Amino acid sequence: MSTLRIPELSLVALVGASGSGKSTFARTHFRTTEVLSSDACRALVSDDENDQAATRDAFDILYYIAGKRLAAGKLTVVDATNVRPEDRKRLVALAREHHVLATAIVFDLPERILHERNAARPDRNFGPHVIRSHVQSLHRALRGLEKEGFKLAAILRSADEVAQAEILREKAWNDHRDQHGPFDIIGDVHGCLDECVQLLRQLGYAVEGTREAPRVTAPEGRRAVFVGDLVDRGPDSPGVLRLVMAMVAEGTALCVPGNHDVKLMKKLRGRDVKVSHGLAETLAQLEGEPDAFRREVADWVYSLVSHPVFDDGKLVVAHAGMKEALQGRASSAVRDFALYGETTGETDEYGLPERYDWAAEYRGSAIVVYGHTPVPEPQWVNRTICIDTGCVFGGRLTALRYPERELVSVPAARVHYEPVRPLVVPPPPERDAGVLDIDDVLGKRVITPRLGRTVTIREENARAALEVMSRFAVDPRWLIYLPPTMSPPAAARDGDLLERPAEVFDYFREEGATSLVCEEKHMGSRAVVVLCRDESAAARRFGIRGDGRGVIHTRTGRRFFSDGASEEALLARVDAAMAAAGLWDELGTDWIALDTELLPWSAKAGDLLRSQYAPTGTAAGHALAASSAWADRAATRGVALEPLKQLLQRRGAAIERYVAEYRRYCWPVRGVEDLRLAPFHVLAFEGSATLHNDHRWHLALIDRLCAADSTTFRATQRHYVDLADAASVASATTWWRDVTAAGSEGMVVKPVDGLRQGRKGLVQPALKCRGPEYLRIIYGPTYTEPENLERLRQRALGPKRSLAVREYILGHEALHRFVEREPLYRVHECVFGVLALESEPVDPRL
Amino acid sequence: MQLTITTTHRPATDLGYLLSKNPERHQTFELAFGIAHVFYPEATPERCTVALVVDVDPVGLVRGRGDADGPLTQYVNDRPFTASSFLAVAIAQVLSSGLSGNSKARAELAASPIPLEVEVPVVRCRAGLGKLRACFEPLGYGVDVEALPLDTSFPDWGPSTYVRLTLRATLRLSQVLQHLYLLLPALDGDKHYYVGSDEVQKLLDKGADWLATHPERDWILSSYLKRQRSLVREALGKLLTQPEDDVGEADREREAGEQQLERPLSLNERRLEAVEDVLLRSGASRVLDVGCGEGRLLGRLLEHRQFRNLVGMDVSPVTLERAAERLRLDRLPPLQRSRIELLQASLTCRDARMSGFDVACAIEVVEHIDPSRLGAFERTLFEFARPDCVVVTTPNAEYNALFPNLPAGRMRHRDHRFEWTRAEFAQWARAVCERFGYGVQFFPIGDVDPQHGPPTQMGVFRR
Repeated sequence: MSTLRIPELSLVALVGASGSGKSTFARTHFRTTEVLSSDACRALVSDDENDQAATRDAFDILYYIAGKRLAAGKLTVVDATNVRPEDRKRLVALAREHHVLATAIVFDLPERILHERNAARPDRNFGPHVIRSHVQSLHRALRGLEKEGFKLAAILRSADEVAQAEILREKAWNDHRDQHGPFDIIGDVHGCLDECVQLLRQLGYAVEGTREAPRVTAPEGRRAVFVGDLVDRGPDSPGVLRLVMAMVAEGTALCVPGNHDVKLMKKLRGRDVKVSHGLAETLAQLEGEPDAFRREVADWVYSLVSHPVFDDGKLVVAHAGMKEALQGRASSAVRDFALYGETTGETDEYGLPERYDWAAEYRGSAIVVYGHTPVPEPQWVNRTICIDTGCVFGGRLTALRYPERELVSVPAARVHYEPVRPLVVPPPPERDAGVLDIDDVLGKRVITPRLGRTVTIREENARAALEVMSRFAVDPRWLIYLPPTMSPPAAARDGDLLERPAEVFDYFREEGATSLVCEEKHMGSRAVVVLCRDESAAARRFGIRGDGRGVIHTRTGRRFFSDGASEEALLARVDAAMAAAGLWDELGTDWIALDTELLPWSAKAGDLLRSQYAPTGTAAGHALAASSAWADRAATRGVALEPLKQLLQRRGAAIERYVAEYRRYCWPVRGVEDLRLAPFHVLAFEGSATLHNDHRWHLALIDRLCAADSTTFRATQRHYVDLADAASVASATTWWRDVTAAGSEGMVVKPVDGLRQGRKGLVQPALKCRGPEYLRIIYGPTYTEPENLERLRQRALGPKRSLAVREYILGHEALHRFVEREPLYRVHECVFGVLALESEPVDPRL
Repeated sequence: MQLTITTTHRPATDLGYLLSKNPERHQTFELAFGIAHVFYPEATPERCTVALVVDVDPVGLVRGRGDADGPLTQYVNDRPFTASSFLAVAIAQVLSSGLSGNSKARAELAASPIPLEVEVPVVRCRAGLGKLRACFEPLGYGVDVEALPLDTSFPDWGPSTYVRLTLRATLRLSQVLQHLYLLLPALDGDKHYYVGSDEVQKLLDKGADWLATHPERDWILSSYLKRQRSLVREALGKLLTQPEDDVGEADREREAGEQQLERPLSLNERRLEAVEDVLLRSGASRVLDVGCGEGRLLGRLLEHRQFRNLVGMDVSPVTLERAAERLRLDRLPPLQRSRIELLQASLTCRDARMSGFDVACAIEVVEHIDPSRLGAFERTLFEFARPDCVVVTTPNAEYNALFPNLPAGRMRHRDHRFEWTRAEFAQWARAVCERFGYGVQFFPIGDVDPQHGPPTQMGVFRR
């Protein structure tokens, strides 16, 4: 029995004459979806799997599907005769295009068996000459297969061999997905042994023994990963090699090869390479080492894997980086990319190859850590980071702790080698990571937030959101959050109320959340405040220059104020309160984001008031006054219309209450001093995304702002409820009546400890319970009439609740991504998602 | 919504016969959208007043009855309270005998002019009080209007668009009801149902005797038919008893005349001409129109074979749909069709689809971009798309002083985020050139005022 070793990701060509049992073999050893058969493709395009006229079209779709599968990283088996060299050439080209190996399994069965089999099949009506020609082509091909670019898995020469063969799928060399770290990834060492030892110690590694026989103990569970370029230019390349080789041998480190390491290896193996860029120093240092060590170094470098993929595919380490399409692939092009990166083919003013900035366009999900190009400061660009901080040029030696994403570095002892190109390159005027690509937003999108299930954004919703974002929203770099919608409770089943606390409490009780906070719901306009201490903090943290030191935006991302002076004046007040309350220092941040309600309602909703609310009030008031007067006169005359009189009176009273209700949310605003800001969530500040924190924490912090400036800030009344305690529930209900009577829109009820998992995923982070009078401006002045109320009780909450949770999850994700310094497009994807979800058809009155 | 009609014809209570409604009873009628009440606040031989009060069901209007949604989307709505198409429907259904002028008991009276007074407490009249008078006065009414305040607590919110309307005339009752039936919805300007060919018939039925010669005829038709030109044309034709085509012809002639008159004035036309001219002379074949709007420029360019590849981009999907309609994309022959494409795009996002063009045009676009987003726009166009040539036009703010209807300090369009003077435009353009390696030339568009310059300015950038 023979075992055929096949790379887990490869293009497998079955090669053999018609009738040699390829299809049966494929069926036995591979999944149906892995096998692309030319016969099946013929059938797909012509309804007849033997229609030779359809061959050309059949192969077109076969190659097309094969290409898609390989791009997606799927093993693909091509079940066709593949006896002609031109057919195989296309397969090799396809494999190369996708940087996978091409593997051949050859079926070289005795011709007699082939004739017998074909004769037995009524659908194969071609003559014996076809088989003969297949066999002849095959025999001609056999010797050259490996030259053509195939890895030859096996030649099966008899029916028995075919029957007994077994397939063994081999993991790729670079597949380290089962290794989850934690890792300490260390930048280009270039012979700087002292700094390397110092950095290892700072990372918690014990480095003992001698230079010739180092012994390194790693901190519990951790492992170092060197990004390559251990040698050249620096003072002790052999010492570094000994150290790292020992660590790799003991399993305390992994190493990827750098271009300098590979060049050294080639030199040591006697190849003719140009001795430049510090190789001379290394060779001189190696003069003093034994021959055996030099051989050992060459073999060791040769054995290194160019770009291991770690941690379920979430981390890639390669010397010069790795594009998404090449990750986990194997080809000389992939290896070259890992060693040299991508170059434009041009050289810069210092004669060094000009590098193509692949990281600026990187959109992969894996984090890529690399070195190769010295940078003054490691910076995240689209989930990639270069940690070569030019130690040998007098910079620093840097490590990235994974998954913590902390940077640890030690300064160079001195300038060991003068750089050809100055290390401090002027930064580009604007980081390209701040550029959004149309592909980052347009089309159907699937977002994977950390709070569980994926969120799908439908294409037409994305289209609508793109228009709103592009035309009205603030600079996307300011937009780190958009607030979610919030659901009301189920309608009251009976009584004269549409919404009341009982149904809110019922909901949370069923979801197992018993400790709740009721917060007064202010009636104004939603305003997200993003504030930096100064413009330089805005430039540093948000990449924004010349657009103020913060922004106040609406729930759709529009600037709240049309004039910059009002915005700045209000931001200044928030800043002063932050300072007075000592919060800047205490939180250790120079920026903060708050979710607030800005009052009065009329400040932002003036248009709506003037075009809808007030007109309805005045039209209704005059209409009913006139009708009532007429009815009174008719009644005075003795016409029996008492029911109509009463109806008109009721209507008139309802209108009056409606007008009184909207009026109490309006007051004239002459300047910022007439505005009130009611914060209720601290969204984020440097190092922390806090949306999901315990609400006692939020309120305590916000209370301090209110105490610092009670004019600008309006405090939020709150009432804590224990659902297990009937008295507590009753008092909360009374509290709700009181706050709504006193001028609040209603209350918002939340589980005190923030985020909760319930029976079916996330519990609603909050439910609103609006006051009976407030609801007149939602459901119309006369909604309280019994015949209206009964109909309004019928309302579908499902879509609203689902929307509320999805939007919350996306807002939460956006804040976390921003705090973790993810690239703009990753933050924006979530914020954009919230806006796009808002186009879903949900009853706007809920 | 409600109105009263009063007569002082003696015996005034004969009004009850004309309407077939007993003055001593309160009657109710069920309508599709609520309940109509008819009663008489006053009924003496000297003076008799009938009141029609419609109690509209506001929940039914939103939720509908049965499966279908209602005609309105907002619960908070003035519709139940104003004299609108709802009231017209109530007049037709509840006061039908009065409207038709058929009275069995008082046939002679129904055919005679009598003194009548109509009071409508709430009429929405967006077209202004002048229009309201112009609608009724030619028909012989004395018109009293009182503007209603928007909210007495907030006087700075300004006036409302509602008035209390009183009309006095000596006319047949059926005439008055016909006038109200057509003019109240026309003044209101909204309809609670779909406006189709049926509406034309209503106009003919109720307006045959008086509408054809009414000085405000065209405005009334247009407003009643919600400005649907084909319907207006149909109604006009039937009203004037001409074959429809003739009216269409007359209409077209008049329009052409108007365009002729306006041609030297139409800034948009001259702008497009100027841009077209630059493009033709540049020898460009691949042209990108960013912010293409409804495709007016693309439509012109499509007529020149020089332009082999035309791509229009706009951020608004609705606008793009209208552009596709205007350009009749679905009816272009295949070869023509393959030359043009419309795509949704954002001017602040890098977009590979914008690459590879000879010229990109941004016609009256830049002023719609927030100053804080201009940087992103510049990079999208000049750094990433990087066509050989970019044509930018934008208003010249200095010229605004010459627009009589534009108050000082106001911009020409609500969505304009800024309007540049010539110096400001030049400064911006030069900065762009320096940053991205372009050169720029400026051209005036429209008649140049010696002091204020041209109404529109154009910059042509070349690499």
